[in-house]
Amino acid sequence: MSKLKTVEEVLPLIRSGSTLMVGGFGLVGAPLTLIKGLEEHDVRDLTIISNNIGEPGKGLGKLLRDGKIKKAIGSYFTSNPEVGELYNQSRLEVELVPQGTLAERIRAGGAGLGGFYTRTSVGTLLEKGKEKRELNGAVYVLEYPLKADVALIRAHKADELGNLVYYKTARNFNPIMAGAADLVIAEVDEIVPAGSLDPESVVTPHLYVDHIVKATVRIEEVLNNG
Amino acid sequence: MADLSVSDKIAKRAAQELRSGDVVNLGIGIPTRVTDFVPEDLNIHVHTENGMLEVGPSPAADEVDPNLVNAGKLPVTEKIGASYFHSADSFAMIRGGHVDVAILGALQVDQEGRIANWAIPGQTILGVGGAMDLLVGARKIIVTTTHTTKKGEPKIVDKCTFPLTGDRPADLIITDLCVFKCENGRLTLIELMPGATLEQVKERTTARFEIAVGAKELKP
Repeated sequence: MSKLKTVEEVLPLIRSGSTLMVGGFGLVGAPLTLIKGLEEHDVRDLTIISNNIGEPGKGLGKLLRDGKIKKAIGSYFTSNPEVGELYNQSRLEVELVPQGTLAERIRAGGAGLGGFYTRTSVGTLLEKGKEKRELNGAVYVLEYPLKADVALIRAHKADELGNLVYYKTARNFNPIMAGAADLVIAEVDEIVPAGSLDPESVVTPHLYVDHIVKATVRIEEVLNNG
Repeated sequence: MADLSVSDKIAKRAAQELRSGDVVNLGIGIPTRVTDFVPEDLNIHVHTENGMLEVGPSPAADEVDPNLVNAGKLPVTEKIGASYFHSADSFAMIRGGHVDVAILGALQVDQEGRIANWAIPGQTILGVGGAMDLLVGARKIIVTTTHTTKKGEPKIVDKCTFPLTGDRPADLIITDLCVFKCENGRLTLIELMPGATLEQVKERTTARFEIAVGAKELKP
């Protein structure tokens, strides 16, 4: 069965109350076409796992402004002050996670691990509630994996099987999110025939990818127009 | 050379700490400026936590690629030998001790050299990013910061009022007034920046600090 889908075909797979992983570092490498689809889609109470919540009114920032996000799990929200404002008004739940811990929790979620120990956050407010353990003379905290119902990711090219290659720093969280969700929808700039990607260059093997959607929204448009 | 801005003076001084072959991670703000002051014959390898090694200088306006950015989301370029990797690999490099020097900004630094740079309670500064991981994993930590806030409040303080980024102290603190070394839980002033006086440092610092014998530029 073909993995190639339209945005209209995949949007109904995203339901209110779902937990979504959304790739990207700010808007770079974010699945902007799928996010734009979500703007029109009737969905609420989303839990979003993403490094940032876009930028003010842009990307995921638009979904936040439209009141579709219940909880944000990420590492850096300073660049979208609306996250902090809503959080301070208790209108948004926020789980702030150090970026390396966020990435590794996502990776662990896709790798079948029960958790891992890291020194990151020891001695800070973010160690609160975490199990601590001394290993080889240093204190570590236990971190648990992150999983999601759906991952929305962005890649550069997909072949028809769903093998993915990425473009420069637009890679970021996308490959690890591809492993950590029950359903993975990849938005790509270009779809090529099977056999036309160099197997050595494939970053995300096709077994991770359920659906492929052609990107129609370019980052330049979102940066310039909002 | 024209007069440097305060940020550039700090960045220029930080660049002197780098050695050929260093893998260097630069935080947002003043640290990003450091590469502008690295001599061309000094071969450093800039790592950015959003997934790239061998980050090059910012491009000309007509050569900007919006999908090629540093951790501050500013456009950058590729140097020869560049590579890209995903976020989990990027932080494995950081926590795993493969980054030699991290240059970080700070909201406050305490008298043991510990940094607060990720949150101001009640405000919308709510972003730890990679700072805690860098503090845990980089071999050497250099803090670059203005000596006081825009309102003139000290940033090198006896005790941080903002939440700490970790329990590991920085190795070096570079401000527009001076350079402090952090060793054994103590700050030592090792250098005054050109034009700065010891009185200014004392006036604008609430952290306890010692003064190194023979500190450069220091006049009794």
